Amino acid sequence: MFVTVLFALLFYAATAIFLAGIGMRIARYARTPAPLKIPTTPAPTTRGGVVLRMVTEVVLFNSLFKANKWIWIFGIVFHVALALVLLRHLRYFLDPVPAWVVMIQPFGKYAAFAMVLGLAGLWARRVFVERIRYISSPSDHLMLALLLGIGLTGLAMTYLWHVDITAVKLFFTGLMRFDFNPLPAHPMLLLHLLLVAGLMIIFPFSKLLHAPGVFFSPTRNQVDNPREKRHLTNVKWMVRSEKPAASADQ
Amino acid sequence: MANFDTPELTESDTVEIPALKSGVMSHSKPFVSKEQFQEPLGFPGELVDNWKDVAVNKLGELLQTNRALQVFMDSCVKCGACTDKCHYFLGTSDPRNMPVARQDLLRSVYRRYFTLPGKYFPKLVGATDLTEDVLDQWYSYFHQCSECRRCSVYCPYGIDTAEITMATRDIMNAVGKGQKYSNEIIGKVFKIGNNLGLPQPALEDTLLGLEEDVKDDTGIDVRFPLDEKGAEVLVVTPSADFFAEPHIDGLIGYAKVFHAAGISWTLSSHASEAANFGLFIGSGENMKRIAMRIREAALDLGVKRIVFGECGHAWRVAYSYLNTLAGPFDFLDPRYPVPQHICEFTYDLIQRGVLTLDKSRNDHRRVTFHDSCNVARASRMGDMPGGQFIIPREIIKATCNHFYDMAPDTIGEGTFCCGGGGGLLTDDLMELRVKGALPRMNALKDVVDEHEVTHMAAICAICKSQFSKVLPYYGFQMDQIVSVHQLVSDALVLDAKQ
Ligand code: SF4
Ligand code: SF4
Repeated sequence: MFVTVLFALLFYAATAIFLAGIGMRIARYARTPAPLKIPTTPAPTTRGGVVLRMVTEVVLFNSLFKANKWIWIFGIVFHVALALVLLRHLRYFLDPVPAWVVMIQPFGKYAAFAMVLGLAGLWARRVFVERIRYISSPSDHLMLALLLGIGLTGLAMTYLWHVDITAVKLFFTGLMRFDFNPLPAHPMLLLHLLLVAGLMIIFPFSKLLHAPGVFFSPTRNQVDNPREKRHLTNVKWMVRSEKPAASADQ
Repeated sequence: MANFDTPELTESDTVEIPALKSGVMSHSKPFVSKEQFQEPLGFPGELVDNWKDVAVNKLGELLQTNRALQVFMDSCVKCGACTDKCHYFLGTSDPRNMPVARQDLLRSVYRRYFTLPGKYFPKLVGATDLTEDVLDQWYSYFHQCSECRRCSVYCPYGIDTAEITMATRDIMNAVGKGQKYSNEIIGKVFKIGNNLGLPQPALEDTLLGLEEDVKDDTGIDVRFPLDEKGAEVLVVTPSADFFAEPHIDGLIGYAKVFHAAGISWTLSSHASEAANFGLFIGSGENMKRIAMRIREAALDLGVKRIVFGECGHAWRVAYSYLNTLAGPFDFLDPRYPVPQHICEFTYDLIQRGVLTLDKSRNDHRRVTFHDSCNVARASRMGDMPGGQFIIPREIIKATCNHFYDMAPDTIGEGTFCCGGGGGLLTDDLMELRVKGALPRMNALKDVVDEHEVTHMAAICAICKSQFSKVLPYYGFQMDQIVSVHQLVSDALVLDAKQ
């Protein structure tokens, strides 16, 4: 029971920090003005074009593909696998489990291998490629360790030491109704959950902010139409004019 | 100035990534701006006593007024995709010239003062206190970025080091550690009207001299009007066009094009400069003040259109910012975009068959084209994405029989900087300028070897000045760099339709 309460509280706290932290960052990005138009060209000249550009960036990592094929491969393998794995985990929170979540289970299971592989590749580059070693700080390695730990403990439970999944599901669905059901005291599970909670807590304070950040990047999300449409902001230096403009303003 | 070796050109057309040589460029610094250059721009004359507080406050203010900066400070994942994209890194091997490492000089201070992990676990996340040493490194390495934005093309989050460089230079100016070259020039623009400090009478003289030269050459009266009220078009061009080589041949080209098209035009002594170094020092206030002159000149002269001459960053400021900074421009003729680039103007005339061009007059030249960074990655021409790549090339092809592009990953959006942009075109940074030109020189050598290219055309005043200085270091001739409108000028048959 002690473990159950501890993890229940931990997950409430982690969820609160995660949501509030990300929410506050997003609010900050949205509120901060972008005083000038700075899309990196050749940029789309319409809103629709910008949406398409963002999709190719977020889904296909288009710029990264142009930059470096190795980072792109490891990066995309990791992210796609992570997405699959996350979706697969919906079955621990939803009742009844939607058909499509059931359908992706087998893919999700194998995706965990791909996720670990992608992370290992990224880490190897960080260690063995001189330039990337130079720019890495301890937190960059720790973040990879954390994600890799999550992947490995997950894999271990899927393939080596099975856990009472029904009980895990009861625990999480219970949490959502503020109703504590016992969490199996399986060491691999506890480690897995501990790492996940850790990741949620550091998310809003770390480079993981690239996830919301990419949508707010002015070089990528601005329409390239400054001559057609006058871009205005109320940044102080824009409004305060040192010298009044010459006579006729309109 | 320190002695240095010019890097060796490599045989292959692939970009070679050098092994890291930590700190080899830490000695590279431009002259510090003196009091008399600082104050007219609204900056303290020398390093203020409480500079650390001032700097941290200024950073805080910038974070709140520039979304790009805030997002870029948070979003970098240290993926390393940008590490081999900067010409200064490729040319110097100094790892601090890798874009992400340059950014981190500011980011580590941001973390320390503006994030929780940086406050409590600085070592873990690579956060540092703002110290004199850090300020020194800022001064060195943020003056080894030409704000060319090449790195921003390849970053998965579009992180633009230029924005970070500008912010840091803005902070350095706010504490009284400005760079002499840029600030002195901005002062001249405010006082006299152009970067060179050419007063109105000198300008008038120069233009009259040009009229005579063209008359001698062609026998035709091509005008170079100054401050003519009621002209149709106001031309704003970099002041280098008035006297530097090869810039001046470009100016002659514009004049001939206007003459051939029969469109009246004028230069303005009030706005006798297209360049806007406010961009380079990251100062919105100064950028706005400089931009205002152009609006004032247009209103004063009563023109209908504004056309910008061949200058890369001036075109960026004009295309992307002029409307925001100095607009609205609804007193101009709505049938034309405001402003237009001289290449758009000439291209349109070529399209409509207004100009008679004899390509064979350029047969002694085998030409390649250098895309200037600010045109390529920060502006556009025409109404299609990528028009800034197409239009200048179409002009060259309409005026020359022999045109060859350099390797695809060194032109267009991936173009390599000339090495002298962003406020670095000063003799005190010669080593950096020469080394930073290496990737462009390699690409040039390729087309020279393969296609016997003799000339490189450009549409940026800084590129042209930089190349005339740097080409000889690599065994080329300084006059191998030409203006695009010089090619137009030479091919244009003037008497045909008069
Ligand atoms: S903007 Fe250009 S000069 Fe500056 S870091 Fe990026 S690639 Fe280098
Ligand atoms: S490419 Fe972007 S995210 Fe990657 S290291 Fe460079 S700046 Fe950071």
